[in-house]
Amino acid sequence: MSESASGEQARTHQAGPKQTPPLSTWPLYEVFLRSKRGLNHVHVGSLHAADATMALRHARDLYTRRNEGVSIWVVKAADITASSPDEKDPFFAPSGDKVYRHPTFYEIPDNVPHI
Amino acid sequence: MPFDTAYEAISEDTDTGHRWAFGTGFTDPLAGVDTDVPAGVGGADLAAYSLMLGDDALIMSHRLQEWLARAPELEEDTALANVALDLLGQARLLLTRAGAADGSDRTEDDYAFARGEREFRNVRLAEVTDADFAGLIARLLVFSTWRLALLTKLQSSGDPVLAAVASQGVKELTYHRDYAAEWVIRLGDGTDYSRERMQAGLVAVAPLVPELFEVSAVERRLMAAGVAPDPGETRAEFDAVIGHVLEAAALDMPAVPGLAGVRGQTGRGGVHTEAMGYVLAELQSVARAMPGATW
Repeated sequence: MSESASGEQARTHQAGPKQTPPLSTWPLYEVFLRSKRGLNHVHVGSLHAADATMALRHARDLYTRRNEGVSIWVVKAADITASSPDEKDPFFAPSGDKVYRHPTFYEIPDNVPHI
Repeated sequence: MPFDTAYEAISEDTDTGHRWAFGTGFTDPLAGVDTDVPAGVGGADLAAYSLMLGDDALIMSHRLQEWLARAPELEEDTALANVALDLLGQARLLLTRAGAADGSDRTEDDYAFARGEREFRNVRLAEVTDADFAGLIARLLVFSTWRLALLTKLQSSGDPVLAAVASQGVKELTYHRDYAAEWVIRLGDGTDYSRERMQAGLVAVAPLVPELFEVSAVERRLMAAGVAPDPGETRAEFDAVIGHVLEAAALDMPAVPGLAGVRGQTGRGGVHTEAMGYVLAELQSVARAMPGATW
């Protein structure tokens, strides 16, 4: 049956409005994991995927095989705006000598975690 | 380190958190499970049934391993390797169970490496080759949908070991099915060319589907004893899931008669396709050339 039926379907298969032309390579995604013992998501690496859904599955297969994570974030590498190494001094140096910004002049109670 | 088993060395209780950055938390699926053969169940039948399910996983796993370094993308290599490794894990537990149930004390290796083709009990769907990636994906969708439906029912088996293996397997197979379904939809709903090849994959796999729902004599006896589920009863869920996926992919599963057996025997009866000999030749060559070798 299949020959004629699938041929028929192929002819009537309409490109949907959301259809985009095929990509020659898959875009890069950055992967963030939160481990069982971790409090926040940590960058663990990158991978290639056709879209975000596939990136999430690839991240599961590449970065959680040894029980590393309980939560995954993926984000397109192109969507990350990063600070430039050239701006390192104006960005970060001014905070270097301002020790009073750290709460080291106080006694921290034992029952306050994660400081 | 003085640990009795590999699991103990990396389990949550003994891992102090210093050696592994992310922790381990591995669990032994058979921890605390009674491994005696339940009263009223024939040991030979239970062993034969364990081999059926174990061989399905072992042979499918081997075929998936052949795709390593041949998948379209590096990421898919890893995904397929994960699926293969999950199935190999299921096979190891099931073949070990067979050795305990039939009283022969054969190990998983004895079953995997020292049996002839006619002694393997896997369905023929597990052993055939794939023309391309779409062919593999079609076969994986059918295999994991069917096996998930079967193992879901097997969780309430009268044999505690089979029930434990099943409940571990259900989580793994849910992901395998999801992975395959994603790709079927992507390729079916992709370009004209991807669609053509995905449909060809379904055409190739269709004749192997009816065999999955046949009931062997061993299964019939174990169904009466409350150990095995009725494979025929998984058909409704199988059809619903496949129908749902193929509708989203705008593809269709050809309704064709099943691939004929020999004198009424198919994979479960030890009658296989030509492809099976090649699988075993590769799987068993080292073990047969150097029996008992270790490293």
